[in-house]
Formats: sequence, C-alpha cells, structure tokens
Amino acid sequence: MQWDIVIGLEIHVQLATQTKIFSGSSTAYGAEPNTQANAVDLAMPGTLPVPNEQAFRYAVMFGLAVNAEIERRSVFERKNYFYPDLPKGYQTTQLERPIVGPGHVDIDLANGETKRVRIHHAHLEEDAGKSLHEDFHGMTGVDLNRAGTPLVEVVTEPDMNNAEEAVAFAKKLHSLVTSLGICDGDMSQGSMRFDVNISLKPKGSDTLGTRTETKNLNSFRFMEQAIAHEVERQMDILEDGGVIVQETRLYNGDRDESRSMRSKEEANDYRYFPCPDLLPVEIDDAFIEQARSRLPELPDARKARFKEQYGLNDYDAGLLSGDAKLSAFFEEAVSHGKDAKLTANWIQGEFSARLNAEEKTVTESPITGAQLGDLIVRIADNTVSSSGAKKVFESLWSGESDNVDAIIDAQGLKQVSDTGELEKMVDEVLAGMPDQVAQYQNEDDPKKRKKMLGGFMGPLMKASKGQGNPKLFNEILVKKLGG
Amino acid sequence: MHNKSVAELSRELESGKVSSVELAQQFLDRIKQQDGQFNSFISVTEDQALTDAKAADEQRAAGNATPWTGIPFAHKDIFCTSGVRTTCGSRMLENFVPPYNATVTENFRKAGAVCLGKTNMDEFAMGSSNESSHFGPVTNPWGLSKGEKRVPGGSSGGSAAAVAARLVPAATATDTGGSIRQPAALCGVTGLKPTYGRVSRYGMIAFASSLDQGGAMARTAEDNALMLNVMAGFDPKDSTSVDRAVPDYTATLNEPLKGLRIGLPKEYFSDQLSPAMEEQVRSAVKEYEKLGATVQEVSLPNAKLAIAAYYVIAPAEASANLSRFDGVRYGYRCEDPKDLMDLYTRTRAEGFGTEVKRRILVGTYALSAGYFDAYYLKAQKVRRLIQQDFINAFKEVDVLMSPTTPSPAFAQGEKTSDPVTMYLEDIFTIAVNLAGVPAMSVPAGFVDGLPVGLQIIGNYFDEARLLNAAHQFQQVTDWHQREPQ
Repeated sequence: MQWDIVIGLEIHVQLATQTKIFSGSSTAYGAEPNTQANAVDLAMPGTLPVPNEQAFRYAVMFGLAVNAEIERRSVFERKNYFYPDLPKGYQTTQLERPIVGPGHVDIDLANGETKRVRIHHAHLEEDAGKSLHEDFHGMTGVDLNRAGTPLVEVVTEPDMNNAEEAVAFAKKLHSLVTSLGICDGDMSQGSMRFDVNISLKPKGSDTLGTRTETKNLNSFRFMEQAIAHEVERQMDILEDGGVIVQETRLYNGDRDESRSMRSKEEANDYRYFPCPDLLPVEIDDAFIEQARSRLPELPDARKARFKEQYGLNDYDAGLLSGDAKLSAFFEEAVSHGKDAKLTANWIQGEFSARLNAEEKTVTESPITGAQLGDLIVRIADNTVSSSGAKKVFESLWSGESDNVDAIIDAQGLKQVSDTGELEKMVDEVLAGMPDQVAQYQNEDDPKKRKKMLGGFMGPLMKASKGQGNPKLFNEILVKKLGG
Repeated sequence: MHNKSVAELSRELESGKVSSVELAQQFLDRIKQQDGQFNSFISVTEDQALTDAKAADEQRAAGNATPWTGIPFAHKDIFCTSGVRTTCGSRMLENFVPPYNATVTENFRKAGAVCLGKTNMDEFAMGSSNESSHFGPVTNPWGLSKGEKRVPGGSSGGSAAAVAARLVPAATATDTGGSIRQPAALCGVTGLKPTYGRVSRYGMIAFASSLDQGGAMARTAEDNALMLNVMAGFDPKDSTSVDRAVPDYTATLNEPLKGLRIGLPKEYFSDQLSPAMEEQVRSAVKEYEKLGATVQEVSLPNAKLAIAAYYVIAPAEASANLSRFDGVRYGYRCEDPKDLMDLYTRTRAEGFGTEVKRRILVGTYALSAGYFDAYYLKAQKVRRLIQQDFINAFKEVDVLMSPTTPSPAFAQGEKTSDPVTMYLEDIFTIAVNLAGVPAMSVPAGFVDGLPVGLQIIGNYFDEARLLNAAHQFQQVTDWHQREPQ
C-alpha cells in the first residue's frame, strides 16, 4: 500500500536574553549547577515572577519574521505537573492567547521548488531545570540554572510530507532565529529542540491518521533519522493491520531506536489556568514598530542580495545566506578577497570541512574572514597554487602566523610565473626526456596526448622546487611539443 | 504603655520619655507573661528585637527618626523575614528560614520599626478560626475571663488576638476572603484590607494570588493609616502591584464627614444576621448620621454568589500555588522516601493539614479537564458580575457599611466539623476580595460581651476615605478602646 506521510513540528527556541524570563538570574550556559538560580527560580515561598521585556521583544521579532500576526493581548497560564526540575510545580506558559498568531515560512526543496509551511502559533514560556541522573549513585541531581530560561515554542501546521521537508524547515527556522539574533542556535547545548509529530494515511486520503510525537531531537541528523525510523515503524504496524497508538516517544540517535514515553491515556491533565501572578501582556503598535526596526536582514533577502551583489548562483547563495554568522564570514572574506565564486568555493570546501572535522562553529574558527580573503587574493593573482594555498590555510588554522604573505614567503610557496624562467626549465626537462617527447609527438589520440602531458609535469615541478605555476607550465609544454 | 497606640508611642519615643529598648522589653515581657493563654505568637524574636530597638534608639539620637522608629509590632507569620523562621502556620514550613525579606517586611525594617515576633495564623491562611494552625489554635482574649475559649477568627487570628491583648500595638495581616476583617471584628480591633495591588505581595506566602492582600491591624484607625503609609506602594518585584502615588493616609483623618454618602447593601442585612448584631451595626450607622453622613439602601445583587465563586477560584489558585511544597528544595520532607512518587505523596500528606489538603483537592478538581468550564470559568464570570455590582454601587454612594461577620466570636471546636458552616463566616467579607476593593472592620459595639465589627467598604484606592470615616467614628465612640479582662 502507498502511504502519505504527514509531519508537523514543535520547536523550542531558547531566547538569547541576558536574564531569565521571570527573574534577574543569568541565562549563560555551562555554569556550575545551581549558581544561576535565585529565590524566584527556586520557587521559594512568596516569590513572584517579573516579566523580562526583552523576551517579549524577541518573540515579537520572531513573529514579524515569520509573517505572523502579533497578538495585542497575550496571557500566561500555569501548566501544572510535578517534577523535581520544575520548582513551582507548574510551568508558566501560554495556551489560549499566545503572543504570536498564525504565520508562515517558505522552504526551498532540492528539486528547486519552494514550499510554504504554515505556523499555527508561537508562544512564550519558561524552560525547566535539568535532572542529572549520572554521578549521583542511584539518586537524581537537580540543576536549576536553566529553569526560567525564556523559550519561544513554535508550532507548525502538519504541512510537511517527508524528512527532507521537515529538515529543510528546521534548518530554515534555525537560520531565521540566528539571523534575528534571538537565539544562539547552538543545538548541542539545547538552544533549539525539536518535537516531531508524525502520522501516516493511505495515499490521497483526506483523513489524517493517528499521530505520535517524538520528543527532544537536538540535531538535524537525528531529526532526519528519527523521522525515517518512525515512518518505518508506523508503516510496519499499519501494513500488518495494526493500529497506531497516540503516544509520546523518545528516539535514541546512537542506537537508532525509539521507545514509548507515555500514551495518551497516561498523559497528564495539566489543569491550565491563567497565571494570577502575571497581568495579561499588552503589546502596542509602538512596541511592534520598535521591534520591526530592529529586524536585521533575513535569510531570504540576504540570499537574493548575494545573487545580485556577488553574482553567486542559487545554490551558493542559499548555502551562504542561511547562517547569519557564516554569511558575515563570507562577506568579510569577499571584501578582502574580491573573487566571490572562489571565496564561496573555499568556504564550502576547505573551511567547512575543517570546521566539521573539529566540530567547531563559524565563530570558533581560528581563521578570520579577512585572512581567508587575503589568501583568495593570492590564489586569484597566481601567487600561490591551489596546493600551496592549502598549506597557507593550514598555517593560518594552526595559528603559526596570521599573515598570508608572510607564510607564503616563509614557506617558499610563491609560484614562479616568469615565463622566460619557466621556458628555460621546460627546455631543460624536455631535453632530458627525448623518448617521451617522441612518443608524445607520434600519438594522434588527443586524449592520450593530454594524459601524457602529465608525465612531464612531475619532473617540471621537481625542477622548479614545486614553485612553478602549473597552468603556465602546461601552456608552455603544449606550445613546445607542437600542440 | 501597653494601652497606648502607635501614634501615642511614637510621641513618647520622640519626647524621650521612653526608649525603644525599654518599649521592646516591656512588650516582650507582656508576651512572655501572657501569651501562654492566647498562643498568638509562633515565634518571639527577642534577641533580634532588642538589637533592632537599640539601632532604632541610635537612629533617633542621630536625628533620623520616622514615625515608626522604635515602635514594637509583629508580623503575621506569612511574611518572609530574612533569617527568621517563617512557617505560614504549617508543618510544611516548620523549619523554613527564608534568606530574603518580604517587601512589607523590608518597608517596616527601613522605617525603623521593631518586630517582636511572628504571629499565629490558620495554615497557609486557610481558615476563619485560627484552628487550622500547625502550632495550635489561638484563643480570643474576649470571653477568657468567663472561662470561655473562643476563636479569634482567622486567618490572621494571631495578629488580632495579640493586638487585642495589648501584646503589640500593631501587627501586619493578610486578607484573601476576610482574614483581616473577620478576626479584627471578633477581637475588637481595627483592621484594613487595602485595594488589591496597593501593597506588594512579594515575600508574602501565596494562598490565592488574585485575592491575597496584605494589610493592617491595630486598635485605632489612625494606627492603620500609619501602617498603610509604610506598606503601600508599587513594587517592581510584584507585577500585580499598582504604580500609583501613595498619599499620606494620616493627612485626611480629620476631614469632616458631612455629606458622606453611606450605602447599606440590603443583601448584607439578611436573615443570616442576628437581631442583636444588626442593632449594633445600625446604631453605628446612626453615629455616622449624627456626623453628617447620609444613608441609603443599595443592592449588590450578585453578592449571594460570592462564597460559591470564591470557593472555586481561591482553591484553584491555591492548588497550583502550593505545588512548590514538594519536599525537593526546602521545607518538610518525609523520612526515607522510596522513590519520587513516595517523596511527593508522603511529604504532602504529612506536611499539610486537613483544611489545606481539602482546598488543594477542591481546586485541583475545579481545574480538571471536563470541569474547568463549569467551575473555574463560571466562577470568573460571577467574579466580574460582583465587581460590576460594586462599581455600580459606588456610582451612588461613597462607602458601603455592613456587619463584618454574621455573629460574634464562636467557641473553639464549634465549627471545625463542618467546613461549609465555617466558610459562611466570611459571607459579608468575601465579595470585597473578589472585587478587589478596600475595606475595614471597625469595633462597633458588643453582643453578649463579645465585640462586633462594622465593615466599611470603599471604592478602588479609596483607603484614605475609609480611614477618615473610621477615625471620625472613633472620635465619638470608645468601642476600640475597650480592653478584654
């Protein structure tokens, strides 16, 4: 049987505010447990929440960026459940009146098409703390540093039909919130977490199947795998004539397996009601316009500009415009290096490969955009060969030196491009290889001749101590050998 | 000294007739000698009080005295006091020492007042008789000479009894459904529940957040005004507190009452009220007429729904507010929990008393899926109708007057077996909290030797007018000066 896959996402986006949503504690990541939790975060008796205006500004910026209505009056509610890392015994969140209403995001697909994914709403809420199950000998430790960190939870309509679309949407959202500067986008630290709702229905059917929710996926790769895994699991059940149980599942990316966390019947009755400690949030036009004025260039606009300003093709422009930090790196590099295509190639090639290999983000890169740009200049003007350029790149990366020209000099990587000098070397080498010259000149097949040219390059590079410009050597060779 | 008001003591201190240390010692001695029979204090903080009194004397000597410098008083044990145990009348917080002050606590500290201790209260402010306290019931000073053990009212019963017994000249209190006014009435003292949002709730342990309001208890209206001067004001730590100028509430106490329009809500002069009580209240109103006020009947048509709405909204909020008492971070924790569920269930089963558990259950039920609309939403609609009743009434009159309670202080144990009868104690006070308007209870006579309270209700932020009306009444009556034997 053929099946349609229906996917909706819920994304928790940690807002990059300095302090928590309802208290003055720092939100910085990685501090000693419970050093960033004050009396409010610990839910000490009598303490009260005080809203952080910056969180509202960020939520409004998000809403504007996804073409959504900003609700002028939104309401915080209490979601009641007991858990040790939830100090008040309820999470302060929004339900009936979220701050961001319906909106949409357009995603680019591999086949070149654009697809619109609708946003159902996005609401503000506080994050919980963390339960630490290791290191406590059968007990659980509680770290409340994260408790009260502001989150925007984005809920989509079930508009995605495969893992590719879901991941494309997730990446687009990542790119949006990092470009807005409202989230640091660091998924390994939980700054963005994805819940995936998946259901299957017979191809073409109008009736949605029963869905499951796979929670807390914190990388695009795990998300893709989890979707594939869950689609297969549901398909197996349905094709065996079984029924899907509405439930929440946890996916283990390391083992590529999932397990049920709780079924609908076991789901908590959260007993939502408006939080009486917080007045309804009133957002006026001035606040919205102020937020709008702070909107930076967003990825779609940036992509268009990259194509226009730098003459990049759609693919390059798309890749370089998605991540705000990568975009900034590219623009810094190109402002020094001039050759946009070459710069784009180096960023997507050597640079990205090294970042990935060392699991670094763009901001953690040991080399700057300006340095890469300087290197691009020396590649473009033939000062270094591409293999020489890789050596320069290595030296920059390892921190040996921060000056491209100094490295080229110190390592003797400067190409010889003086044609007179090169011709002399060609003459000498050819003189020492009469058999090969004759063989070449007797060969009629141009393909074979081309291949045989390579046989002269080795000795030539050796003769030039690796500094001869290979492109020029090639030209001279062809001329001397008579075509 | 112990019969003097805050205003009088302030003058004694200013004139140098007595020092803050002497005053604190005298009241501490009275507490030590007498509180055994009332149980109005949970904690007496003698050392801290004497240290603070000494500092107050130095402050005065340095010329920096406020009207409160060196004045002894007490806090209801619901206000967090940094470094001093704050129990909220519960086993759950029997050993809880907060590392911060409530804003109200901080305001009195800054004014130089000397806190002698923390007063007894119904557990988590849930009760109308002070019998739900983990630290034992409080006995009303009235009736004791006849060998009767009567309740002081609740939940601020400790504050009311302590003020009535002259153990302190003033005490803070809180009012969610009548918890200042009802005990003030039953103990023959003057109490004020301000407009919701007038006094910060920060550090005041929450019962029902949309109803809770801190307020004053003392023997005179003038002292209530002095207290409100210290307590009122916007607090950035409480987003429900109101950013609005605070007048000097003592400045208007002596305004004449000529032309004051008094409304008597007909729903509050009903069958529930005994003829003897009604007679006292009506003769108090006559005093006002003598002072130049006019009187008319008004209606609060939805007042009869107040108790029902309150006993949905207050427990609903309480059920969430009290979730933080889980044995994880502070407060009571059961012995040797087997697992997480055991930790939660036994901690809360053992740490909370019966009335608190009853209200958590009621509130949880009211918020549950399938019941929310019928209970919580309906109650909120009723609440808006009640608010509108008051808004309408205040288009016609300046203040409303009624009895504070349907009857005087009842015997301990008399109503504990029937929660609904106990809840009806607050039949005249609860609508005020639902509307959020300010109200006072002022001593207005006696029935069978027990005090009767006159409730005066004002429009939003009209505390100055209430205090003025109460003060003028106290210039022509002496009910508030009567001392229990």
